[in-house]
Amino acid sequence: MLAFALTLLLLLGIVIVLAYAERKVAAFMQDRMGPTEAGPYGSLQSVLDVVKLLQKEDIVPAAADKKLFKLAPILIFAAVFAGFAVIPFTPDLIPAGIGIGVFYLLAIISLDVVGLLMAGWGSNNKYAMLGAMRSVAQIVSYEIPAGLAILSVVMVCQSLDFQEISYQQGILLNRFPGLEFETNWLFGIEALGINTTNIGGITTWNIFRAPILLVAFVIYFIASLAESNRAPFDIPEAESELVAGFHVEYSGFRFAILFLAEYSMMVLVSLVAVILFLGSWNTPLPNLTALKFANWTTGTVGELSGILWGGFWLLSKTFVLLFLQLQIRWTYPRLRVDQLMHLCWKVLTPIALGIVLLAGIWRLLMV
Amino acid sequence: MLFYIFAAIAILSGAYMVLTRNLLYAGFSLLLTLLSVAAIYVLLFADFVAVTQLMVYVGGVLVLILFGIMLSSRVHDKSVMSENTNVGWGITISLLTLIGLSYTIWRAGFSSLPWIQQAGTDVLSGQKSTVQLIGIKLMTDFVLPFEVASLLLLIALMGAAYIATAKQKV
Repeated sequence: MLAFALTLLLLLGIVIVLAYAERKVAAFMQDRMGPTEAGPYGSLQSVLDVVKLLQKEDIVPAAADKKLFKLAPILIFAAVFAGFAVIPFTPDLIPAGIGIGVFYLLAIISLDVVGLLMAGWGSNNKYAMLGAMRSVAQIVSYEIPAGLAILSVVMVCQSLDFQEISYQQGILLNRFPGLEFETNWLFGIEALGINTTNIGGITTWNIFRAPILLVAFVIYFIASLAESNRAPFDIPEAESELVAGFHVEYSGFRFAILFLAEYSMMVLVSLVAVILFLGSWNTPLPNLTALKFANWTTGTVGELSGILWGGFWLLSKTFVLLFLQLQIRWTYPRLRVDQLMHLCWKVLTPIALGIVLLAGIWRLLMV
Repeated sequence: MLFYIFAAIAILSGAYMVLTRNLLYAGFSLLLTLLSVAAIYVLLFADFVAVTQLMVYVGGVLVLILFGIMLSSRVHDKSVMSENTNVGWGITISLLTLIGLSYTIWRAGFSSLPWIQQAGTDVLSGQKSTVQLIGIKLMTDFVLPFEVASLLLLIALMGAAYIATAKQKV
């Protein structure tokens, strides 16, 4: 229960910051000021938006399927929030450290799809229905390149446990039960003869341990944009043609839940990208001879310093990725449906299949 | 205790799925049934099976069913309703199946089976999950069925692609 409450609080905090950042980043990229009135530099704007949404009347359309309409936001948010259960926040802080966390995450996200269909159908509105259909088609298609990119990480790490994958990517490698005698080599190749187990930092991140995963990371990032319905893959929302997509009929508290679920999805996919590819809660600074940057910025596991450093690195890396998502939104125009499917099936999926094969070969080099 | 809660949910939602006339509600109650069955798998230490169940049935089959219902209805702007046909034969066959299953379960006498008595609560015996064992088994003892299944899926995929393209030409 404590993990539940803490994760929810953390998530709410991140989402409020993110909603503010979205408006400010958008404004600066378009040479505007963005919100300025509420609080210093408009920083209370998103808090006030939430308060406003909570005060609004809860409208259920007369022609809607009321049961489905009311249930859908809960299901969507529950599915996304359940994904956070397996995310390791620090070396010794993980809500549920199950051994097949990666697989569980992929499966639980697909629950989200059912909720979207429920919302689209329950609204009894053609825009909502079209938006839900597009959204589901997009999420189901882009799960494949994302899943293959994740699979290549799993093949290199030989584990489905997020915490084990995290430990493998830093100087704490030998602290994980079962990995006491493992060593990290530069680029994962022992023949190069450079032992990076105690150097740590960026040299032991997955994108460095097996550089082929850098390509997998790009594929995963593109696919994750589509899975969270972000621009340039936001045809499910497409304000100019579908009004607002599947949540067009929602207002007040229910809209707040859907909004929260959407931003939580962004946070979740970024967290997963950071954990699988960018070293999780490990520091990016390597130990260089006498300058033990990695040791200094890791803290002691089990103590407050370890928790604070781990959380700091994980969240700061996540925020970098989230900023990239915001920036991409205001850089690229929306893709057409056929371009979207072309990108997924004819570009990303074949490359991802090749990456899986290469990752398997790389793993053989690493042994 | 947890088992009885999930079993009750599974049975209730399953019954609702069968009894409701609205096909869409049936689809959504199938979601509840699948979720509670997955929970029962977890309680039986079969974590991999539980997650696979979610992935394949909820993420794949159920979405396909819902898509099918949604795309085929709304013609006259009302939900698809199922109709009762073959009432007599349906009742007969389901009763016979029930009797057959009950008889088999009763005859099996689960509590006296040797492997059930040997199995303790520590099924995983230090292993973190069943994935490693399943992987080793799939690549050794069951490699032929595994490969045949993949071949079958490939054939199904090609067949689906063929049917879809043939329709476009007409």
